[in-house]
Amino acid sequence: MQIEANKKEDLVPIFIMGKRYEVPASLTIQKAMEYAGYQLIRGCGCRGGICGACGTVYRFPGTYKIEVGLACQTVVQPNMYLTQIPFFPATKSVYDIEKIKPSIETLVKHYPELLRCLQCNTCTKSCPMDIEVMDYIAAGMRGDVARLAELSFDCVMCGLCTSRCPAELCQYNIAILGRRLYGKYVAPRAEHLASMVKEVETGKYEQMLRQLMDTDEETLKSLYSSREIEPEQAEEDWTPKEKNYL
Amino acid sequence: MPYTSELKELIKRVEATRPARVEKKKRGEEFPLLSLKERQVRLEKFHPDYKPGSRTEVRVGPNKGYAIQPEMVRLLEARSRINPDQIDLNKIDYETDILIIGGGGAGTAAALMAQEAGVRVMIATKLRHGDANTMMAEGGIQAATKSTKDSPYYHYLDVLGGGHFKNVPELAHTLVTEAPKVLAWLENLGCMLTKMEDGRLKALHGGGTSRKRMHYAADITGAEIMRTLRDEARNRPEIKVIEFTPAVELILNEHGHCAGAVLYNIETEEYFVAKAKAVILATGGSGRLHYQEFMTTNHYGATGDGVVLGYRAGLKICFLHTYQYHPTGLVYPEQAEGILITEKFRGAGANVLNIDGEQFVNEREPRDVESSCFIRECVDVKKGVPTFSGKVGIWLDSPMIDILMGEGAVKKEFPGKYILLKRFGIDISKEPMLVYPTLHYQNGGLEYNSKCETTIPGLYSSGEVSGGVHGENRLMGNSLLDVCVFGRIAGVNAAMYVKESFKDGKMTLDHVRRFHKELEEAGIITDRVAPMLLPDYSNPEVRERQLTAHYLGTIR
Repeated sequence: MQIEANKKEDLVPIFIMGKRYEVPASLTIQKAMEYAGYQLIRGCGCRGGICGACGTVYRFPGTYKIEVGLACQTVVQPNMYLTQIPFFPATKSVYDIEKIKPSIETLVKHYPELLRCLQCNTCTKSCPMDIEVMDYIAAGMRGDVARLAELSFDCVMCGLCTSRCPAELCQYNIAILGRRLYGKYVAPRAEHLASMVKEVETGKYEQMLRQLMDTDEETLKSLYSSREIEPEQAEEDWTPKEKNYL
Repeated sequence: MPYTSELKELIKRVEATRPARVEKKKRGEEFPLLSLKERQVRLEKFHPDYKPGSRTEVRVGPNKGYAIQPEMVRLLEARSRINPDQIDLNKIDYETDILIIGGGGAGTAAALMAQEAGVRVMIATKLRHGDANTMMAEGGIQAATKSTKDSPYYHYLDVLGGGHFKNVPELAHTLVTEAPKVLAWLENLGCMLTKMEDGRLKALHGGGTSRKRMHYAADITGAEIMRTLRDEARNRPEIKVIEFTPAVELILNEHGHCAGAVLYNIETEEYFVAKAKAVILATGGSGRLHYQEFMTTNHYGATGDGVVLGYRAGLKICFLHTYQYHPTGLVYPEQAEGILITEKFRGAGANVLNIDGEQFVNEREPRDVESSCFIRECVDVKKGVPTFSGKVGIWLDSPMIDILMGEGAVKKEFPGKYILLKRFGIDISKEPMLVYPTLHYQNGGLEYNSKCETTIPGLYSSGEVSGGVHGENRLMGNSLLDVCVFGRIAGVNAAMYVKESFKDGKMTLDHVRRFHKELEEAGIITDRVAPMLLPDYSNPEVRERQLTAHYLGTIR
């Protein structure tokens, strides 16, 4: 269906790993490769811009500039020379999250090359998610775990930054170490969650749940229909009238 | 592609009604929810599952006579990819205590728990570790965590109501009682759940929830959970991961217990025998079968492999007659077609609107009902929004969120979608999104119990490949919860089985031979093989030219 519709469209030339194919102008790089006849195994994942499987670099004749994109999110342009980088060797430090601290020492111990950063900004320019990669690396060098976590949050771990870093850093693995340190040690704990877990473990809800499980469908339906619904615009401290099942 | 001038013209109608709708929202006036009866009528008339001819009876196997989607039936009635006579089960290529098939959320959670129990673990996965629908789940994860207003009791009621009261009670009970523990587990692993300054978890409504219990990590909750679990698995070298190697058949032993799987390296096209004391199926769903030619939000690898494997080995299937259509998949721009727009947009206050900028349904009905109402508005009421390229959609009024929650809220709460559409020249904090129901979730699957056990000793099932916990329709935020809850349980119980009940025996693929015989006896002569492994999006014109008559040498 898709293909039929595209027939009427203008075809544009693209160069997949140097070889010329003509593809409909509205396709993404990923769909264009399939249109050209590729059955993708590597370099294709969620097809929705979040899994990082389809990092792609491309360039146009007559320009020095290297461009990047996710193949599933980037529309083809005439005369682009492209290749996917579905995998790039990376360093991944093994650590016990229970035994480390959110500090510059931790970051440097696990990724000593962090300090080799030349601040050339190539990583940022290579990021298809428009993340300020160099800035989060700089935050890491200062030991600012919170900033490292915040700036790197949208990272899809495609590895394009790593593929181009002259200092040979693996930015995205440094970033996830930072985010996990932040999530576990820096962000304040959800106390209500810990107390709810305790309540569940004491079996507080067991009897009322078992009662529900034994209830016939009609009664369940009326309980369901009459259950009190928290208003959408309610404030955080809203409480229901019925408190017997809390 | 930015909106065309025709669409920009239509957006003016949305803008015209927006101020009044924002005021209504602020006053807490909602579009009335449908009663249970009204819901049923909408479903029966407009839900794709109820469409005449949308179901076919499967003619072989444990559920012979069960009518489900024909695309799935075609896989269940296909032959094995292998000839069992050619596989030498005495030559063992991999040996482990627990073999986990699938490297998504459920498989990885299972691996972590099993490893903690001190057994050897191996994950075999079709694509990369973490390539799964888990990665793509955006909106959030449900759990009753605030005892001042919520409890597992209300979560249970919501789950049952969403599932049309058909859910397996024991499974639903496990889901809601384990939920707070799972959230605490994720927090402890360093998962960056979105919090208030004092550490309280932020939470929103989802379709069909009675309390705001949808916790999230911005709009990439699944990705944050998946990359955290994967990083943790990579920190434990005892967990072995074999990528680009799906399972194509389960192996049983002479006692009828599960004893491993036949694995397939999809790059080198070799088959391998993996022997295990227990096997966990965690292969996920099947949106890439494109039921009724619907577009899908699913991962490239969501081809229903685990259902095929389990069914052939003798497991029953359930609830596969229903499939979930997510109300809001993008229909514009075409390049982004099918991409999921999280329900959280509606939870945060965005209305859904027809071509005239009018509301026609409460934006927080359960997903199947919401989808049915969208289809009705387009097909029956004929007030859908045409894309002028043959498609039709419904407006999702995201700019309302900036007005309700403050300038910049869309960008902050939905960074993933904001960037995505910005690239196409659409600013979703200023312009609404155009959406339509999209294949999203396999409600049903293999039968299992709350310990993740199946009827085959040593074979466990968890996550989307299984059926029962969500009944006939899953609520938002319960699938990330499902993979964590039942992934963990599968890992714990499979490890216990390995230590306490495992019984070694001669391995066999006789069940595959029996299945082939049953196909022949049913008169099903086919050269189709399953599992499918990957969908085919190749160009038919190219395929017509792929005329190699015989494969000799290396080039096919």
